[in-house]
Amino acid sequence: MIPISWYLYLGTGLFTIGVIGVLTRRNVIIILMSIELILNAVNINLVAFSQMFHNVDGQVFAIFVITDAAAEAAVGLGLIIALFRNKETVNADEIDLLKW
Amino acid sequence: MINTATQFLLSHPLIFATIKILIVFNVMSAVLMYIVYMERKVLAFMQARLGPMRVGPWGVLQALADPIKLMLKEDIVPSGADRTLFLLAPVISVAAAFTVFSAIPFTSSFIISDINIGILFILAVSSLGIYGIILGGWASNSHYPLLGALRSAAQLVSYEVAGGMAIVGVLLISNSLSLRDIVVKQQQMGVWNVFIQPVGFFVYLVAAIAETNRSPFDLPEAESELTAGFHTEYSGFRFSLFFMAEYTAMILVSCIAVTLFWGGWLRPFSSYHRFDFLDYTPIAVLLAAAVAIVLGARKNQVPMEKLVLFGIAAAFVLLAFGLAVPVVTAAIQGIFWFSAKVFVFLYAFIWYRGTFPRYRYDQLMNLGWRVMIPLGLANVIATAVLSYVLTSHTASAAASMIMTR
Amino acid sequence: MSGISLPQITFLALSAMALVSGVLVITRRNAIHSVICLIVTLFSVAGIFLLTHAEFLFAVQIILYVGGIMVLFLFVIMLVNLDVAAKQAQFSSHWLVAALTAGALTAELVYGIYLGRAEFKASQPVIFPAPAPVTNTQAIAVGLFQTYTLPVEIASLLLLVAMVGAVVMAKRKFE
Repeated sequence: MIPISWYLYLGTGLFTIGVIGVLTRRNVIIILMSIELILNAVNINLVAFSQMFHNVDGQVFAIFVITDAAAEAAVGLGLIIALFRNKETVNADEIDLLKW
Repeated sequence: MINTATQFLLSHPLIFATIKILIVFNVMSAVLMYIVYMERKVLAFMQARLGPMRVGPWGVLQALADPIKLMLKEDIVPSGADRTLFLLAPVISVAAAFTVFSAIPFTSSFIISDINIGILFILAVSSLGIYGIILGGWASNSHYPLLGALRSAAQLVSYEVAGGMAIVGVLLISNSLSLRDIVVKQQQMGVWNVFIQPVGFFVYLVAAIAETNRSPFDLPEAESELTAGFHTEYSGFRFSLFFMAEYTAMILVSCIAVTLFWGGWLRPFSSYHRFDFLDYTPIAVLLAAAVAIVLGARKNQVPMEKLVLFGIAAAFVLLAFGLAVPVVTAAIQGIFWFSAKVFVFLYAFIWYRGTFPRYRYDQLMNLGWRVMIPLGLANVIATAVLSYVLTSHTASAAASMIMTR
Repeated sequence: MSGISLPQITFLALSAMALVSGVLVITRRNAIHSVICLIVTLFSVAGIFLLTHAEFLFAVQIILYVGGIMVLFLFVIMLVNLDVAAKQAQFSSHWLVAALTAGALTAELVYGIYLGRAEFKASQPVIFPAPAPVTNTQAIAVGLFQTYTLPVEIASLLLLVAMVGAVVMAKRKFE
């Protein structure tokens, strides 16, 4: 039997990797992918607790998280395409037109 | 001692599954080689020519000559191509195509693993074949493959949605995601799903043809359009892997269509005992094949070939007598009817290739999104409403429910 | 502590694969290689779902995430020319601060889980009210369409908004 804390450690590990990716990478597409890593860590936590309490609600919520991730990836990638069309760059720290 | 050894081997789940996997893999590879030959012959006859005739009697050994030629060709990797991805792409295509066979019920007892989410597993793994196409097109570092790959991937993704809708219609009738349960439900109902879900079958058929990049939806890989699309830069063994992946996918969607809509391993009229004479169809087919071989071999000039062909005809006749034993007849029914139906589907695929002109890409996407998906959705809604009205309530109770709302 | 049983060994293998490919995702220079590593991560996470008997979620993860969202990522990366970006600096200048913050976060989380690790025990199975759903798929169907119907409708509206928004944003404006 797999102890539930192992799932939580794995979730924490993936979450950390995702957070480091979001905070340190310059390429916006890699930042979006790190956000997907964070969402997967959340899903692992949800499913682990769903197994612990023998309640299927955790898995239902994980389905909603996946749905949200799909919507957010679609909108984010649309934004990237529009951005690239205007500024020819995908680096996050070069998109600083708000400050003159 | 040998008895206990075989007992142990057959009872261990992994070993039994491995044996089944080896059987399916080898049989499918052999069938694959001969599908290619069959396609060339059938297309040739439709175009009033003869097809391969030189290598073996009626060109039968062509199916062996082609793979050998492809394997001996020079291995070219374009400069500037991403080498890892270039080598990985055909492997992904073939692996995804072959993995799906593990969930398909060939007979009532032969299924590599009866997953209880069988349909979802099939949808999931067959959608992984897209990566072989995208990565192959990208890794070739050339614009024709890239365009062909992106177009092909967009087409596959669009028609996956339509195919999924068609499958949902079947699920509403069968109340189970397991493929074996779907066929058993058809046996219990006494009628195949295609007669209850004709629109669903049509949508699934169109989606299946588009999914496998076959005519009339083969614009992304047609030679006259994009110089062979995503596999332009592939030659030799890697091209044969892509080729294998496409034909395996063709066999696969035929198997799925037969399982979902045409009764899987069931004999026609399997619930009606008046038609039990149909159990002898395998014997009749074998005898007819033997007669056809003898009639065709009489004109053969090469004495060695004539001898071999008569030998094969004699073997078929002996096999027919062997099948006449009642135990064997009952055992052979499942796999015979399944193979016969899949064969009809494969013939239909080749028929479409020889008959229909190619769809232009925007017409293709228009058909997928604006015709097939709404049709599939309407089918799901109609099936849901009808199955609710007809099974759990009588018509009058439903009518009174509607009127009191 | 070490993997005595096969499920534990499988879990350790899958989690090692997930963590290693996760690290590879955020360190690759070529965006396509990052996407491939993310696909491997998603497969390992799907495998972990299967280990917890969440088979419907395993299939949904592969169909939606690997077969849908990642294909979308690949499309965008191929349409956006990233050759120039691959030659520039990959990590931003404030990476040290970010790493320290993430390290602090991780330490807090791990400490919290370590303190409470004895509490995370699988409880007694809940007795479902009759008729009990038999398979995982049926249980999720009951959850989705009876208990959480409103969130399903909201999620479908969200998807519609996202679809329309993405099309509008990525469209070329015809001047």
